[in-house]
Amino acid sequence: MTIPQVIFVVIAAVVLVSAVRVVASRNIVHAALWLILSLFGVAALFAVLEAGFMAVVQVVIYVGAIATLIIFAIMLTRREMREGGLQTHRWWPLPALLAMALFAGLAWLLGSLPGTGATPPALAGDDSVLLLGQALLSPEHYVLPFEVASVLLLAALVGAIVIAGDSRK
Amino acid sequence: MVPLSWYLIVAAALFCLGLYGVLARRNSVAILMGIELMLNAVNLNLVAFWRYLEPARMSGQVFAVMVFAVAAAEAAVGLALIISLYRLRRTVVADEADLLRG
Repeated sequence: MTIPQVIFVVIAAVVLVSAVRVVASRNIVHAALWLILSLFGVAALFAVLEAGFMAVVQVVIYVGAIATLIIFAIMLTRREMREGGLQTHRWWPLPALLAMALFAGLAWLLGSLPGTGATPPALAGDDSVLLLGQALLSPEHYVLPFEVASVLLLAALVGAIVIAGDSRK
Repeated sequence: MVPLSWYLIVAAALFCLGLYGVLARRNSVAILMGIELMLNAVNLNLVAFWRYLEPARMSGQVFAVMVFAVAAAEAAVGLALIISLYRLRRTVVADEADLLRG
């Protein structure tokens, strides 16, 4: 194996092992901490893919915002299910079987794909962040979905405040 | 370099783990964590396909940015619902949230 492949395998192992701990951990706080490690691993994979902006955004949004939000929610609701109780319902083998079947199917599908070669094509320019910004904001590309996404975020945050706010006041 | 299929296999495994978490866990917050894992797997696929197939056009990364925005909205609303449910019923177990049962 070459050096990039070794790096990839190490990062992928970190991502998958911590993802297993996220879904299997009995302590919900531990699961949240493993989730942070898994998200960091995905950010590292983005960096390996030469998508530096995506790696930074992954750390800022997922690790910085969403993981913090999840930990806050656990702290606000953790009176029960904190210590070692049963975290899965009694039909848990069924989802496990389903997930394994789905993975087997996906692996078979990927095996039958035509190979794309080990080397990715060269990047178009030095500055893929510049290209990304132009694609997001130019009218002939993606400015409409971009604006719709910002309105969706605003609506979701207002809705979250309304839902979680204390209605008795 | 690393073949594209390695990324796809890792993303598929991550997606299946998230699916198991969503279907098997009882705690609503843990279900949300499974959804985050699945969204991350999708993002990994999008960025990997961008890098290996269409590096000149930024569609893959733009899609991934949209997934980020939707994931942030989903996490905010989902956790607000969980906190609201906890305030009402003192539980975060998904099975016990049966307020709409006739």
